[in-house]
Amino acid sequence: MEIFWYIIIAIVLAMFFILDGYDFGTGIVHLFFAKKEEDKEVIAKAAGLFWDSNEVWLVAAGGMLFMAFPTFYASVFSGFYLPLIIVLWLIIFRAIGLEFRSQFNYQMWKDMWDKAFGVSSLLLALFFGIALGNIVRGVNLGGVENGISAYEAHYFFLPLWDASFNPSTTHPGVIDWFTLTIGVISVVVLTIHGANWVILKTNSSINNKLKLTIFKLNIVLSALTVFSLSIWHIINPSPFKNFLEKPYLIVFPLIYFSGIIGLFFVKKNKNNTNFIFSTLLVLGGITSL
Amino acid sequence: MEDMLFYDRLQFAFTITFHYIFPQLTMGLSLMIVYFKWEFLRTKVEHYNNAAKFFMKIFAINFTMGVVTGIPMEFQFGTNWAKFSELTGGIIGQTLAMEGMFSFFLESSFLALFIFGEKLMGQKLHLLTGFLVFLGSWASGWFILATNAWMQHPVGYEILENGKYVLENFSALFLNPWLLPAFLHNQVASVVTSSFVVASIGAFYILRNKNVAYGKLFLKTGVIFGLVSSLLIAFPTGDWNAKNVAKYQPASFAAMEGIFETEHAGAEIVLVGQPNMVEKKLDNKIAVPNILSFLTYQEWDKQIPGMDQFKQEELPTNIPALYYAYHIMVGLGTVFIGIMFLAGFFLWQKKLYNIKPLLWTIMFLVPFPYIANLTGWYVAELGRQPYLVYGLLKTSEGISPTVSSGNTLFTLLGFVALYMLLGLLFLVLVGKTIHQGPKTQTH
Repeated sequence: MEIFWYIIIAIVLAMFFILDGYDFGTGIVHLFFAKKEEDKEVIAKAAGLFWDSNEVWLVAAGGMLFMAFPTFYASVFSGFYLPLIIVLWLIIFRAIGLEFRSQFNYQMWKDMWDKAFGVSSLLLALFFGIALGNIVRGVNLGGVENGISAYEAHYFFLPLWDASFNPSTTHPGVIDWFTLTIGVISVVVLTIHGANWVILKTNSSINNKLKLTIFKLNIVLSALTVFSLSIWHIINPSPFKNFLEKPYLIVFPLIYFSGIIGLFFVKKNKNNTNFIFSTLLVLGGITSL
Repeated sequence: MEDMLFYDRLQFAFTITFHYIFPQLTMGLSLMIVYFKWEFLRTKVEHYNNAAKFFMKIFAINFTMGVVTGIPMEFQFGTNWAKFSELTGGIIGQTLAMEGMFSFFLESSFLALFIFGEKLMGQKLHLLTGFLVFLGSWASGWFILATNAWMQHPVGYEILENGKYVLENFSALFLNPWLLPAFLHNQVASVVTSSFVVASIGAFYILRNKNVAYGKLFLKTGVIFGLVSSLLIAFPTGDWNAKNVAKYQPASFAAMEGIFETEHAGAEIVLVGQPNMVEKKLDNKIAVPNILSFLTYQEWDKQIPGMDQFKQEELPTNIPALYYAYHIMVGLGTVFIGIMFLAGFFLWQKKLYNIKPLLWTIMFLVPFPYIANLTGWYVAELGRQPYLVYGLLKTSEGISPTVSSGNTLFTLLGFVALYMLLGLLFLVLVGKTIHQGPKTQTH
């Protein structure tokens, strides 16, 4: 039964990252690459139609976690208290940015909400990456200090950051240089993903330029991936143990790398193939972690 | 520890109060939209269709606000009430998950179809999508009330050795004797809110001498719905709930009615008075003897236990707040019946549209059903104290053990600031929609 729920929730979470992932990515594209008002309009409209149905997956994942793994839900949600509440504020901000930008026809009004939408999308992509980084790095369960637990063994609490930003201290914060790296990777991946979605769904004037951007970002992503793999041993002395013990798990990183390779041919491929490749990228990325 | 509990409760109270401004309108309004659309199909009068589409616009703004303020509610169970979630997640996690998935999904997808799909689908399917929006929002209410009913009157559970609650009997969750009366009372109350909103916009159009034909339609519909729902809110649903409280939470009943001392025979009903917690009595009391016993048990001489019959730790923690919330709710409910009765009478006499003082009153009465709805929920939640799950789990045992009061105060301040902005935007947008009126439909 537990495994059944685990798989279901994993699927729902993957759906959330893929669907809301392009949503966030669209916001980032909107922030950095859309210059003309028409482009901003079509991109915001394209995202505006889908954000609430994508958010349903978050609500569903939260609800199912609550129902099937209440202890885990309680521990993680209270442990990551500050980042989670900040994510909530960002989600609210993003939603009102999208919903309200076209309610008044003043340029300043639109610009203001465009920035709200873009910046909160960017930060959300970063925070979700950081969250994944935290899960990989692990947390101090039970608040153990000198071998003594401060509270029940399955609870913990993380500050936003520790002054050293060092992942290997006994009390790491939510943000350290390792989780930040994963966060940046997440931003790049979701930007690529969002750009592909914009190309697929709209005929904005920047679509051709975006393909070039995807190509460039893919190079950045490859470099970042190599970098993160090279530092992995710092947080986990035997990083590939899981893969050696259960060789079938290797399929997940392979999905990720096939996404990267596929995207190098961004100009030749059809638009929907590109979207599939970036979906693979998101999927492979989170499942590998 | 005391601090942590205080700020956790304050944050939940603040965020849920702000959240419940929106669903209480959408639930009632969806019913009225279905009515307008139905009348259009029956009579083919274009005004009904425009009215349905106009109110769906207002619905959509409220729905968006409801969603963005609703997600923090779900999260807060984990972030601020971790211990509670851990222990009871096996039970209330189920109803909350169903609410999130089933109703949310139904509502958001069919709302989009209703707004964008009228030409594509044809009129009958359009009515159907409207009906499904209504169904989704009421199902949402049902699941939330099922969750709350279990906390008010826990049934069908088993406590494991590690202290966790698991569901032993799934259907018991929905056959809970607390659930149906609470659900009906809550839904009828949301119809009261929507009737007053519809009537108030109608009165505004008539007084403003703008969109007068729509103004008359809105006012008429609002008054009819408002009269029926105001009566239903008192009897049978309100009466039924009060009897449930007397039966299952007698200590809360004594506190909300303001009975400090048990009387030998029938209990009096308090109309006015301020609880004096030092001397344990009501100051400036006006009361009618024996009525409470009759209303609750249909016996004039039935004894009702006062607060002196209960131990201090069984009594609600904030007795004056509970007492005031209850009396404000009941008092406003009585005012609603009076005003709607008057408006209904003049509507029947075909004079209503010309009686300006009454139109002004109806227009400015619009915040009060919101206050009545919210104080009603305060009665339920304050009355349950000091328990989170009545009789089983204390509120102080439910909070997150690792989240300090400073962190909660920080996030509370953040929510206050963000919600002020949201509230401002909400008023501007609803104001703009009302100003544009029903005729300038773009979709």
